[in-house]
Amino acid sequence: MFNFEIVIDSLPELAQAGWVTLQLLGVSLLAGLVVALPLGIARASDRRWLAWPVWCFTYVMRGTPMLVQLFLIYYGLAQFEFVRESMLWPWFSSAWFCALLAFTLNTGAYTAEIIAGAIRATPAGEVEAARSLGMSAWRVMSRIVLPSAMRRALPAYSNEVIMMLHGTSLASTVTIVDLTGAARELNARTYLPFESFLAVALIYLVLTFALVGLFRLAERRWLRHLGPRQTQPAAVGLAPSGAT
Amino acid sequence: MNRITSLIMQASVAMSMALFIAPSADAQAKKLRIGVEGAYPPFSEIDTSGNLKGFDIDITNALCAQMKRDCELVQLSFDGMIPALQSRKIDAVIASMSITDERRKAVEFSNKYYKTPARFVVKAGSKLELTPAGLKGKRVGVQRSTTHDRYIADTYKDAKIVRYTKQDEVFLDLASGRLDAAFLDSIAADIGFLKKPAGKGFAFAGPEIEDRKYFGDGAGVALRKSDTALRDEFNAAIAALRSNGTYKKIQDKYFDFDVYGSAPVAAGATAPAAAKPAASKK
Repeated sequence: MFNFEIVIDSLPELAQAGWVTLQLLGVSLLAGLVVALPLGIARASDRRWLAWPVWCFTYVMRGTPMLVQLFLIYYGLAQFEFVRESMLWPWFSSAWFCALLAFTLNTGAYTAEIIAGAIRATPAGEVEAARSLGMSAWRVMSRIVLPSAMRRALPAYSNEVIMMLHGTSLASTVTIVDLTGAARELNARTYLPFESFLAVALIYLVLTFALVGLFRLAERRWLRHLGPRQTQPAAVGLAPSGAT
Repeated sequence: MNRITSLIMQASVAMSMALFIAPSADAQAKKLRIGVEGAYPPFSEIDTSGNLKGFDIDITNALCAQMKRDCELVQLSFDGMIPALQSRKIDAVIASMSITDERRKAVEFSNKYYKTPARFVVKAGSKLELTPAGLKGKRVGVQRSTTHDRYIADTYKDAKIVRYTKQDEVFLDLASGRLDAAFLDSIAADIGFLKKPAGKGFAFAGPEIEDRKYFGDGAGVALRKSDTALRDEFNAAIAALRSNGTYKKIQDKYFDFDVYGSAPVAAGATAPAAAKPAASKK
């Protein structure tokens, strides 16, 4: 009933496509983080002129589907003569650049909101204490607020990373042969959609598990202070052998 | 409260009844669901008010009228046609699908209802040499899983093949300069692109290509392997449209030449259903 031979036969292509997916994910996440950090700080700022433009940006990026954003950048911009004549065309003519740009802006907007939320959740007392010690605003941000905010943001960010992994499948709509693109071509060649798409679904699943595992390690390392205390309560008062 | 619950109950019972009854009623009426593309002008496209139109669509309607069948047109992307056919989401495909030996392994075909050659389209005045060496590293756009896709993949191995889900997208990227060439059906290229404003500054290049190994015997109606009776019905209807002048009437709406192509396909071309080379596949 099922024919998984074709999947085995095309494993090299699938591996190549998996690498493409990972590259899309890695580059857009990295660039997105670079964009998101200043935007997140600005978004959490009390100064309206700083926070408001970022609110507009994240509102637009989070309020429209990533597929539409990708089509606007890839097909939409190419419609205009002045874009095609411009110096930027070598970049915008590349499907890779357009996909990475759309993904970066999208994940940048979501991540900025995650960071802003984590910054806002900083206990006011910590900030006040730092101020009273005479730290400048910049020092408070870099020494007190950001280190704890970035930790707090970790669980929400792990969700964003996994959503982005799945989001990269949209690259297949603009001629990039990522995992989903490879599945489409496998399907087109063999007319076996179940096997083709199941194979890449499994690969996505494995990648997701790997990412979840990585984040669990990171959380164990950086969010240790939020977990249950590791001390033995028995040692506190009852045990006579408590040497310390 | 009670009345609302009973109302919901009645509604759900009625709905499940409808679900059970529908298939058997369908078997009586034999409504044909036909897969069409809607993105392959002038054969199949969507007009400004959202309706399907084109040569394939008119032929489909004429065939259904000739066969006295009630037909429902289902719009699908081309690479989803054969899977949809096999999973019984549709009963036939009328989407300019070429009758090739490769596809014959998966589906049954009627006789052809038209046949046109394939050709390259490039920027007018382009010096591109249409040889395997000349297209090395060049970006050639094709619609995914078409005969043109296969031909380029096999013949121009060093070309950078860029595959699209829809022909329209190939045109968009050809016009914007993302592609060095496109390879496609000559009529689809001529009427769908070259004669439109977007196609200004582009032209055919190289000869018309009619390699039977790739392009087969023209476009036919694709059906499930088991539906041989339906195939015979379609064959009879195509022959009837050809002889009673309906075909010419439809064709003259779109073309100023005979798209049916030269010699009609030999009767033996539709291989007997008994020989099922696809049996090993599923």
